[in-house]
Amino acid sequence: MEQTSRISLRPLITPFNMILGIIIAMGCIITILRFTGGLAAVTHLDDNNPWGIWIGFDLLCGVALAAGGYTTSAACYIFGLKRFHAAVRPAILTAFLGYALVVLALHYDVGRPWRLPFPIFWQQGTTSLLFEVGLCVFLYLSVLFVEFTPAAFEWLGFSKIRAFIVKLTLVLTILGVVLSTLHQSSLGALYTIVPSKLHPLWYSGYLPVYFFVSSIFAGLSMVIFEGSLAHKYLHHKMDETHIKEAHGVILGFGKSASFIMAGYLAIKIIGLSVDNNWHYLFTDYGAWFLIELIGFVALPSFVYAIGVREKNIRLIQWTSLWTVFGIVLNRFNVSLIAFNWQLSSAERYFPGWMEIAISLFIVAIGIVAYRLATHFLPILHEHPEYQAH
Amino acid sequence: METIFYTLQDFLTHSKGITYLIMGGILVFMPLYWLFLTDRDEKKETY
Amino acid sequence: MTISRRKFLGWFGGGLSATAVSAAGTAMAGGNHHFEGHPDTMGVLHDISRCIGCRKCEEACNRVNELPKPEKPFDDLSVLDKKRRTHASYYTVVNRFEVDSKPVFVKKQCNHCMEPACASACFVRAFQKTPNGPVVYDESVCVGCRYCMIACPFNIPAYEYDDALSPAVTKCTLCAPRIQKGQLPGCVESCPKEALIFGNRKQLIKIARERINKYPERYIDHIYGEHEMGGTSWLYISNVAFSKIGMREDLGTTSAPQLTSGPLAAVPIVVGLWPVLLTGIYAISQRKDKVAAEEQAEAVASAKAAADEEMKQQIAGVKKQAAKEKEAAIKKEVKKALEAAAKEAEEKNAEAPEKKEE
Repeated sequence: MEQTSRISLRPLITPFNMILGIIIAMGCIITILRFTGGLAAVTHLDDNNPWGIWIGFDLLCGVALAAGGYTTSAACYIFGLKRFHAAVRPAILTAFLGYALVVLALHYDVGRPWRLPFPIFWQQGTTSLLFEVGLCVFLYLSVLFVEFTPAAFEWLGFSKIRAFIVKLTLVLTILGVVLSTLHQSSLGALYTIVPSKLHPLWYSGYLPVYFFVSSIFAGLSMVIFEGSLAHKYLHHKMDETHIKEAHGVILGFGKSASFIMAGYLAIKIIGLSVDNNWHYLFTDYGAWFLIELIGFVALPSFVYAIGVREKNIRLIQWTSLWTVFGIVLNRFNVSLIAFNWQLSSAERYFPGWMEIAISLFIVAIGIVAYRLATHFLPILHEHPEYQAH
Repeated sequence: METIFYTLQDFLTHSKGITYLIMGGILVFMPLYWLFLTDRDEKKETY
Repeated sequence: MTISRRKFLGWFGGGLSATAVSAAGTAMAGGNHHFEGHPDTMGVLHDISRCIGCRKCEEACNRVNELPKPEKPFDDLSVLDKKRRTHASYYTVVNRFEVDSKPVFVKKQCNHCMEPACASACFVRAFQKTPNGPVVYDESVCVGCRYCMIACPFNIPAYEYDDALSPAVTKCTLCAPRIQKGQLPGCVESCPKEALIFGNRKQLIKIARERINKYPERYIDHIYGEHEMGGTSWLYISNVAFSKIGMREDLGTTSAPQLTSGPLAAVPIVVGLWPVLLTGIYAISQRKDKVAAEEQAEAVASAKAAADEEMKQQIAGVKKQAAKEKEAAIKKEVKKALEAAAKEAEEKNAEAPEKKEE
């Protein structure tokens, strides 16, 4: 415990940290511009394209990739797969930071962020899928926060309250899965209201199912990917259990992800068939759709399978990154590329550099927060006084 | 609740509002019911 | 095993929400309801064949709503050279299209849908279809999420992106305060060609139908807005095909609330059933672990017992062996002693005859 709570003597001025610093500084400046000049000063949003990458990336991708929290805790506590236990706390930390940053990003995107509590506490638009998203994200962020606190309480030494919260683990996990199912699927359902604006290959009555199922393997892949990064750069923070269980997590999650992706491929094909959209496959958008489906779902699913069969850890790790790109591609397709596909190219949206800078700013904050948390708190190692929770 | 709904939008606003409240109730009721159901099971060790 | 359970869950969940979700909005939250809209809904009939593109309606709208004056004045018709859409402070625009080398003018503004997509989409209920007809916007609760702009199939709502602190959504109000007082909407009043008529929607549809029937060579046989997206209060009849004048004919007749009613219906089912399923999985995996632990304990115990038994047998065997060996050793010694004695006796005998011979 002595070693972990003192600031490490490793030098902080690394090239990576300098880049993070620049991104964060730029982000602060652009924040001022955003709130003095309005969205027009900082984004390329317009009346035809009211949602850009702050929704397409920060909200849609952010939520999908933070899904490791509910999938890992479900695997460990509901399905009883205790060998994944070491992966739970990092996953919960990532999810908690992820959702908190999504809420931060929303403060940039909506016109009057101080009114964000309105739909929940003042006037409820209950017919809106966005209401559903907002309510569930709000509740789930609270659940994640509570699930995160035992690590903080161990560090602070509040053992009584820590014990109480640990007793709630199962209820919180189940609630987490319920809320995650709801908001992951509702993000997809947002687009069910615009069949006339979303390309038929991506529009489907099954959009909620697609978003939910893909969030599962997005989460599993992110846990593999982040775990691999943590092993490389935060190895000194890990205890024996964590290091020992790592390969089991990679193999187990790779196996699940592979199979779930196969199921996802199946229901995507069913969606094509149900709406009889085969002829669209022979268009330019069709080619792009096939690139997404074959190149970023079918192939990584298969390569995951090879990695699992051969017990090839490296292969699974690279495939997890590949899969994560696939998820980002899918969310971008639904929200930015296949959306408004019928507008002329002059009317289409492309992000401004400041929009991109803010998205990077938010990711940078996440990285810094993650590193601070894993440095001070028992996330990658167990607190000596609270063994095997 | 005999108000006539002229539009689907009005109908859904009304029905969904009630539905959300019921959902909240379910999320409170189910854990309590589970505790009631498993009250007399033999105790299992928890950490 | 457990992993196939997760897959099963994924499928089951997918199946459940899929049955609640419809591919084309025919399912409704479980029931079979039919809605006709408010009986006294007012509307406007726009006869496109009569529009001359004078833009007096735009000017009236700007005046009546006290909007900021645009750069180019309203009598500058060069503005029609470019296609325009509604914009912050431009609630309505007139566009010119060239169809068969002839100019056709169309006015565009909020259609005040019978089942508005904006109202369905808004998560703070900032939009409402009033019984009179207008779909009104309440700026005082708007958070600025702009989902209404995504949802509107006609791309009408605009946003004040330049405003940092109080940006609002803007669109035609059907002059709700004016029609409450019995006045006409600004645009309708100012139109010199009666290309706009205000009245009860059902009446307007009758009038439109009559006009089409009376002059079949003049009008396309379709009242735009009668059924599109579930019907709109703003109706159009035209002398040219609607798709040629920027009006989409592929929107379908399913309203936005109906399109999202499927996903909305799935939500409470998840809340009702997921806790049961997940707790069930937990209980089964706990039971499995418990049985596995019991079986393991049993296996350990019986292995131990078998080992003990084997040990006992081995010891007994060893004991027996030892006893045997002892007996054999004794026998051997006895035999040795006897042999020694016999040998001794033999030697004595051998000595004795020798003595006799001497």
